[in-house]
Amino acid sequence: MDALKRYFRSPAAVIGLILLLVVIAMALSAGMLYPRDPLALAGRPLLWPFANPRFPLGTDNSGRDIAAQIFYGARISLLIGGVATLIAVAIGVWVGALAGYYGGWIDNILMRITDAFQTLPNFVLLLVLVAVFGSTLTTVTVAVGIVSWPAPARLTRAEFLSLRNREFVQAGKTLGMGDAQLILREILPNALPPVIVYASVVMAVAILLESALAFLHLSDANVASWGNLIGLGRDVLRVQWYVSAIPGVAILVTVLAVSLVGQGLNDALNPRLKQR
Amino acid sequence: MRILSLAERRLAASIPTLILILIGVFLLLQFAPGDTVDAMMAQMGGGDAATARELRHFYGLDLSIPAQLANYLWHLVRLDLGFSAIYGKPVAAVILERLPATLLLMTASLSFAFFFGLVFGVIAARGVNKWPDTLISTIGLIFYATPSFWFGLMAIVVFSIYLQWLPAGGFEDIGEVRTGIWRVVDIARHLVLPALTLGLIFLAIYLRIMRASMLEVLNLDFVRTARAKGLDETRIVTRHVLRNALLPVVTLIGLQAGTMLGGSVVVETVFSLPGLGRLAYESVVQRDLNTLLGIVFVSALLVISVNFIVDLLYAQLDPRITAEG
Repeated sequence: MDALKRYFRSPAAVIGLILLLVVIAMALSAGMLYPRDPLALAGRPLLWPFANPRFPLGTDNSGRDIAAQIFYGARISLLIGGVATLIAVAIGVWVGALAGYYGGWIDNILMRITDAFQTLPNFVLLLVLVAVFGSTLTTVTVAVGIVSWPAPARLTRAEFLSLRNREFVQAGKTLGMGDAQLILREILPNALPPVIVYASVVMAVAILLESALAFLHLSDANVASWGNLIGLGRDVLRVQWYVSAIPGVAILVTVLAVSLVGQGLNDALNPRLKQR
Repeated sequence: MRILSLAERRLAASIPTLILILIGVFLLLQFAPGDTVDAMMAQMGGGDAATARELRHFYGLDLSIPAQLANYLWHLVRLDLGFSAIYGKPVAAVILERLPATLLLMTASLSFAFFFGLVFGVIAARGVNKWPDTLISTIGLIFYATPSFWFGLMAIVVFSIYLQWLPAGGFEDIGEVRTGIWRVVDIARHLVLPALTLGLIFLAIYLRIMRASMLEVLNLDFVRTARAKGLDETRIVTRHVLRNALLPVVTLIGLQAGTMLGGSVVVETVFSLPGLGRLAYESVVQRDLNTLLGIVFVSALLVISVNFIVDLLYAQLDPRITAEG
């Protein structure tokens, strides 16, 4: 309850939450407001925003409604960002937990692999994965998750290292608990909060990674995504710059909202650090 | 000398990492649809199965995967990265051609982000929770959330199309031949927007870390001592606080070398710079897997070298490291 109160005392955190709720509302209402396919032809191409009341944000190169694509794009960004974050955190927590709990050669091997992933630029690895497995919605989401797990893994490992010799774990051991039980029931619940807060950073980066991939025409072209629209607008940048500008603002707002909420959660859960 | 041996030990530890990356990506690329010979046949406009078989034999692609891997690693020891069917040259030559633009871009953005991140971080920390701090922190947050490719496109719209101050892309003017200082100026003009675009997110990160680390160091005992000695505030910040507060930022540069290299893929594509990043993108689109693997190797090497330099720098800044090592 205290943490909740602290969260709502920070104006930045509240603004972030409101922005995030707006984006979520856009994603949920897309189907109701725009029942037609957002990638279907809707009107004359390259209509400026406000020029025609039917298209408040104008139309793109091939006459598709930009507003509809923005609303459906919110779905794609949240979906890819959310699922990729789940994948990254799931892998990261497992790797970090095993490395931190067992130590020794298991730790050595797992950390070498983590090093390898961190040495290879994650966007380059993303390109390799897309080159190999193709660029459908599923493969792109999984690929973004796969390149994002090392940071949560390191964080979880550090938590496990500091927790594994605490009294409550020793007590569990004396009671005859097995490794699995100690890891899952005793240590993990205590190690998880900072990892969950960090997930907001992972999600912000995941949304940016996917949009960059889509901008390069390497993401799924059959869904309405903000990155796709920016890539499309690049062809008409000279005059109709709004085609690229509008979805960019949408990405900016979403990533900003996710980071602000993450920071607010962090400050609320670690009140001692707040005064920094 | 101790600094060097410590950094060398770190360097030696990164060799297994490098080998792990190469083996991993090599095996991964075996799952890719189509191989070099397919790409070559497409380039030649098709051919019969016998030619394909012959070519596969010639390039050793008919061997088992472990044998191919051993082959590749053995060639790599002699700095032979294989042959690019698309460019019709050895991969090493293709990459070497593209490397200068990327190195220049990365150096420029890093300097920009480091310098302004430091300055703004110090300003924000000096007036903590007053309006300059709030303004700088807010702008930092917005920069952090801005997709770099979008910022690049908008910068082109404003500075190249409307104001016409700076070129919209390319590495240098190919319309006229320039030499000496004019060529340097021309390349610098072409690099302004890409460097800003790539550096923006790092500027945001550095200023945030710099601010936090300044605030932490400003509360330490030796700063109080310096104040008690009667030193003025500017001297305390520049001589005593800055050097200590810089350490986390320097660590971060090493950690994010890879992120920056990844970011250059997008930025080089936006500004059509002939760099390594754009080569990576092109080799994915053209299915030039040999070149892609070569880029993986070179970018890992680059990241390792940046970390080596950062280790040396770090030891320069923090004398305690050598005392312990």
